[in-house]
Amino acid sequence: MNVLVCISNVPDTTSKINFKEENTSFETQGVQFIINPNDEFGLTRAVWLQQKEAAKVTVITVGDASCEPILRKCLAIGADQAVRIDLQPQDGFEVAAQLTAFCQTNAYDLIITGRESIDYNGGMVGGMLATNLNMPYLANCIQLEIEGVDLQLQREIDGGKESLQANLPIVIGAQKGLVEEKDLIIPNMRGIMQARQKSLEVIAPIETEAATTVEVFEKPPEKGPVKLVDANDIDGLIDLLEKEAKVL
Amino acid sequence: MAVVVYLESQEGQIKKAGLEVASYARAIADAQGLNVVGVGFNLENPEQLNSFGVDKLYLINTQGDQFFDITRYGESIAEIVTKENAKLCVVSSSANGRYLGPILAAKINAAYLSNVVSLPSQYEPLQVKRSCFTNKAFNITQSHKEITVLSLSSNSFGLKEKPGTTEVIEGSYSSATTSLKVTTVDKTSDKVTIADADIVVSGGRGLKGPEHWHLIEDLADVLGAATACSKPVSDMGWRPHSEHVGQTGKPVASNLYIAIGVSGAIQHLAGINSSKVKVVINSDPEAPFFKAADYGIVGDAFEVVPKLTEKLKARKV
Repeated sequence: MNVLVCISNVPDTTSKINFKEENTSFETQGVQFIINPNDEFGLTRAVWLQQKEAAKVTVITVGDASCEPILRKCLAIGADQAVRIDLQPQDGFEVAAQLTAFCQTNAYDLIITGRESIDYNGGMVGGMLATNLNMPYLANCIQLEIEGVDLQLQREIDGGKESLQANLPIVIGAQKGLVEEKDLIIPNMRGIMQARQKSLEVIAPIETEAATTVEVFEKPPEKGPVKLVDANDIDGLIDLLEKEAKVL
Repeated sequence: MAVVVYLESQEGQIKKAGLEVASYARAIADAQGLNVVGVGFNLENPEQLNSFGVDKLYLINTQGDQFFDITRYGESIAEIVTKENAKLCVVSSSANGRYLGPILAAKINAAYLSNVVSLPSQYEPLQVKRSCFTNKAFNITQSHKEITVLSLSSNSFGLKEKPGTTEVIEGSYSSATTSLKVTTVDKTSDKVTIADADIVVSGGRGLKGPEHWHLIEDLADVLGAATACSKPVSDMGWRPHSEHVGQTGKPVASNLYIAIGVSGAIQHLAGINSSKVKVVINSDPEAPFFKAADYGIVGDAFEVVPKLTEKLKARKV
């Protein structure tokens, strides 16, 4: 079985978000980049498939050379090989177009994307890629069991979950729950050493155009200080919520 | 020309998020001289749409197919967008709305914009404001495609009634198929979901264990609120993942968010940033949540919360 895990390079969840060039681009200075957490849940699930079903796991990203450290980390976690499509994409539509072209010449049984990236929160790459490839897509995937070509899946929905069945090939949008936080693989020295020997292929992009562009960024307005209410004055709090905030 | 909206429903009833996208589409239609065309599946009360300015409804009967079939729903809506020559299609930011949006966009070669928080700032070319970096920032994004699919962030526009007449016509249910089939749906019955809730009550590690969660549930009950939790609480298995709020969990855009014993890690605060009013109850006055909250009580949750629940209960009667 061939598994492709699509990886996005995103700012660490604790990053302070700032912009430069008159708020037209994200300030990367001093920001630590990580594997998009949703993608990392998917990668861990893929590595389990490699261990149990001898699946071959390829990780791919669409980005410039600054994305290579996280691809090396994916290899250290256990992916067999990595591919970087050498393009700084403008939006998820363009990422999906690049990945579509790649998957049309390299067949995969299972393609895993994250539910969304935590930077632009587009949440579109998986659904668009699957639709372009004429494959089914399962968003918010919290369970994936494979028996031959038969799949048992679960999707998190508002207020519950949905169970599904499908056959390979499929695209899934991974999120927490597909594997648990405690199951995430921390690369050990052996993994890091092995990663240096594994293939990281850089390929040229096809010609694509983005469907959208960000014109300008804005930070949320500064918030006023908290109004503190005495712990014995519960009526005071209710009064504020009712009359001032008007939310009760 | 038309703005097409997907009117999400549950057991035949249009959900609040569905009426919100209808309200939003009506405002666009008024500004641009367009019609609002709704697409609904198995709706039992389509006349409700008269109050929300939907001009035409394609009412699709799924012939006993009781589940949300992404392939058939996506194809059915795509056919209507094409037939109506629509340049804009609006879905909600519910789990199903966000699932549908990109698939629909890919089918009709449209641009897709998620987390839209306000009406377009211009129409030609289309520009809208969206939240990004999990609510730590916003951006104005421009569409370069002829057709654009928008996913509207919940509670960002609200319900706006506009009386009118809805012409109801029968829509056809696509027979498109893939190997993916829903077998069962497991819903926590009668509980308000985080996505739909006006009020969310959330608990953190300060509650010291799952056995104390009745404090959160009792308060949520009296407020008709959904319950949520912080990441450590879901990681420790005190509460299900589906309640985890934050950057890797769910975003919350409620009118009121009450955080109890939640310290306020940056990832958690990002997830709740679009909630309108935030209240924190925490025994530690240095908890970062106090910097993000509108109202706060420094106090012991085990004393404050039951009192708050009692007072709210008494106020209701």
